[in-house]
Amino acid sequence: TTVTGTRGRSAAVAIAALVIAAGIPLWWKTTETYRAWLPAARISELEALQLELRVEVEVVFARGTLSPEQQKKVPASRITYESCCKSKSLCLVEADHALHTLTETSCGSVVIYIIPEASALLPQDMRVYVGRSRTALLRSQVASVVGAGLPEVLAALDPQMEQVLQTMSFNHQDVTAALTDRLRPGLSTRDSLADSMRAFKSSPGYEITFSLLNPDPKHHQLHWDVEAALDAYIYPLLHKMAPVANFSVDSQILYYAVLGVNPRYDASASAYTLSADSLAHVINPVEARLGSNAASSNPVLNFLLYVPDSLHSPLIIRNDQKQEVASNAFHSPRWGGIMVYNVDGAYGNDTQFPVDIAIDMSRVMGVFLSQLRLMLGFQQTGAPPGFVLEAAGREGVAEWELDRLLWSRSVENVATASASITSLAQLLDQIANIVINDNIAQQVASAVTALQAAVAELEAGNLALALEHSREAISASERAFFDPSLLHLLYFPDDQKFAIYIPLFLPMCVPILLSLLKIFREVQQHRAEKRAKRD
Amino acid sequence: MPNIIAVVCASYGLAQSVCDGEDLPARAERFFRSDHTNNWAVLVCTSRFWFNYRHVANTLSVYRSVKRLGIPDSHIVLMLADDMACNHRNPKPATVFSHKNMELNVYGDDVEVDYRGYEVTVENFLRVLTGRLPPSTPRSKRLLSDDHSNILIYLTGHGGNGFLKFQDSEEISNVELADAFEQMWQKRRYNELLFIIDTCQGASMYERFYSPNLMALASSQVGEDSLSHQPDLAIGVHLMDRYTFYLLEFLEDIHPASQANMNDLFKVCPKSQCVSTPGHRTDLFQRDPGSVLITDFFGSVRKVEITMETINLTVPGIPLERFGGEPHTETALAYVDQLPVAQIIHQKPKQKDWHPPDGFILGLWTLILLVFFRTYGIKHLKHIF
Repeated sequence: TTVTGTRGRSAAVAIAALVIAAGIPLWWKTTETYRAWLPAARISELEALQLELRVEVEVVFARGTLSPEQQKKVPASRITYESCCKSKSLCLVEADHALHTLTETSCGSVVIYIIPEASALLPQDMRVYVGRSRTALLRSQVASVVGAGLPEVLAALDPQMEQVLQTMSFNHQDVTAALTDRLRPGLSTRDSLADSMRAFKSSPGYEITFSLLNPDPKHHQLHWDVEAALDAYIYPLLHKMAPVANFSVDSQILYYAVLGVNPRYDASASAYTLSADSLAHVINPVEARLGSNAASSNPVLNFLLYVPDSLHSPLIIRNDQKQEVASNAFHSPRWGGIMVYNVDGAYGNDTQFPVDIAIDMSRVMGVFLSQLRLMLGFQQTGAPPGFVLEAAGREGVAEWELDRLLWSRSVENVATASASITSLAQLLDQIANIVINDNIAQQVASAVTALQAAVAELEAGNLALALEHSREAISASERAFFDPSLLHLLYFPDDQKFAIYIPLFLPMCVPILLSLLKIFREVQQHRAEKRAKRD
Repeated sequence: MPNIIAVVCASYGLAQSVCDGEDLPARAERFFRSDHTNNWAVLVCTSRFWFNYRHVANTLSVYRSVKRLGIPDSHIVLMLADDMACNHRNPKPATVFSHKNMELNVYGDDVEVDYRGYEVTVENFLRVLTGRLPPSTPRSKRLLSDDHSNILIYLTGHGGNGFLKFQDSEEISNVELADAFEQMWQKRRYNELLFIIDTCQGASMYERFYSPNLMALASSQVGEDSLSHQPDLAIGVHLMDRYTFYLLEFLEDIHPASQANMNDLFKVCPKSQCVSTPGHRTDLFQRDPGSVLITDFFGSVRKVEITMETINLTVPGIPLERFGGEPHTETALAYVDQLPVAQIIHQKPKQKDWHPPDGFILGLWTLILLVFFRTYGIKHLKHIF
């Protein structure tokens, strides 16, 4: 029996050794979830991210602003300015245009021209003029500053320059509004909250739809040359916004589409009126009928042109104070705008219906363009006292306004991307059995790299590059966060795990353990006998 | 070119910024009663089979109220696990009634079901909530909410203590649901969320929530069953659950401009009517429930601003054009011939190929022959063979 006994014992020990040495590691390895490596250290750095925004400002002193001693101390400024502004009757816009051609301003930088106090270029009570490009004219008397070195001169100009920069680039409210995601709630002011509610969040693309609503085709046959109007008025703005997002524009005409609200007839104005309270209920019934060409998940902006039917013409919109609204249009935050266009003036009572009516697209597009600017994030900046802000006009948007938007978008993108990455890392940490595929790890790594590049560019003041990197960062982080493979239906409580493994392993392990125990006891017994024999 | 570059550095730490408030004009005050700009609804019925008719009727009645109060179909994700209207056991096809005597047909004629039948799974539900859908998913199946969206989530079906049963084969636990809401909060996919659940022991499903801005209502507490309202003898099943029945009654009185608030909603279906005790949870919600309007979640009241500024694009001096009597030289438009009716009418009948008689007919003939020969004796068989 000893031979079989030893054979049996060695067999049992060998099996046990195999199970423990090879089986358990093999089982562990094969049931492991594949988790690609994530740059955890860099991600944790992102949580304490400090943003530094730098604006390049070029200050040009015109002749007459600096006293001769100051001129000697200060490095020579350019003289060519005077050649274009000889005539006194030069108007402000032309001066601005002429100045714009002198300098090449890069995206995000600002040029401030200091002109003498007595200059006739600005009206008497205005101190600052902000043009369509990135230049500003500041009227100031620097020659009277004591101590004519450069630092003193700049220190004297500092408060005014800061005001100019806060209007043209960014101020505290803008940045906190862009960072609302990561700030404690209640920190942003009401006005900036209104602006952030109105404008769409940063998105890789937007879909814009222009619709003409004709509830009365029997009487009105409407012609709108929307393609030409878009080419002339809207596309310039969208081309300028190309670094920010992609746009896809389409248009449609809806017949027999009515507003959901009955307008009231006002005899004093001999027109039908829509009060401000009823405007909120206009949009929903119309929206149900609007088709959408959108194939992507991008936000959709709708711009509706409603031509009232002949029974309810003219239709005017009244605001809260019961006054007529000049534009006859209203907009809804993050949705779009509706304009009411009255055509009753184009025909008399005895014309033969249907009447052909051509819609004045420039008036319509003027309203839609301003609504579009609001929706895209160009705020209605109230000019500080003493400032003159040149209106954007046909180009749609001034370059400094675009820069403002780029600053806030870059900051918003950086904040959102870093929030996504950190929360994704936290999620993946918490749930040990989510599979992290290689593509997710790659997206995360590229997002982190782009984020760090964006922050570096913001510090250096290169706004265009910073925006590009921030867009890369946000698209990579969104793709990583919303990857379909990250769904964890894997809420396995521990007792369920035991319930799975015990029926598999227990029947196998019981004989092994029992035989090991038996061997151990036999060995002990044997040793005890040996000891007893020796004694 | 010598430049005097003044460097303006602004440092912003991402977690510390202090801002002081400003004065509010009255218009802004009204603008800000609630922070949302759009509304979404996710309505899920999780049980299939004919005897769970009431769950589909529950979901459709909430769908109907939500549509009536203004949320468009593009903002509603409706998930129905089974088709009751076209079920072959439905004595009134294409209808789903919510009240006995067939008073109210909640199916209507413009129902848009986004996830139907076996597409209603725990995985799809969680994918819709978290947004992790495959790129080929159409827009109508996605929840495209943003940080200013108020979302209403309604779940109904069979549930238990801490879980909700989907399709008789899987379940979602309250921990998973809470985690999904946290994922939504991390990406700011909602501004405020109202969660309503009508199942047995429904209150257990909202016990584990921990994300901010959530309000939850349930039809029964842990340990209680939610009961159904009343059977209809013609259709043969229970038509609605009690809680949703009284909820529908309450919502029928709400119109888009109504000022009813959440405290009224909490009073819906007291124990005397519902037999179970409805519960609610508001500790994670920032605003006071008395200031939350019903239409903040069930309807879609848009915030509207008058457009004050316009851009002057017109060249002055050109009047509005009138086309008047210009002859239109457009070619007359006609429909393409889609159905060649002329060909069909004069078509000769197609020759049908001959097929041998199938098994049923053969079996019937054999049976008849056997019966004949059994009755009249086997000797007649020789006449055949």
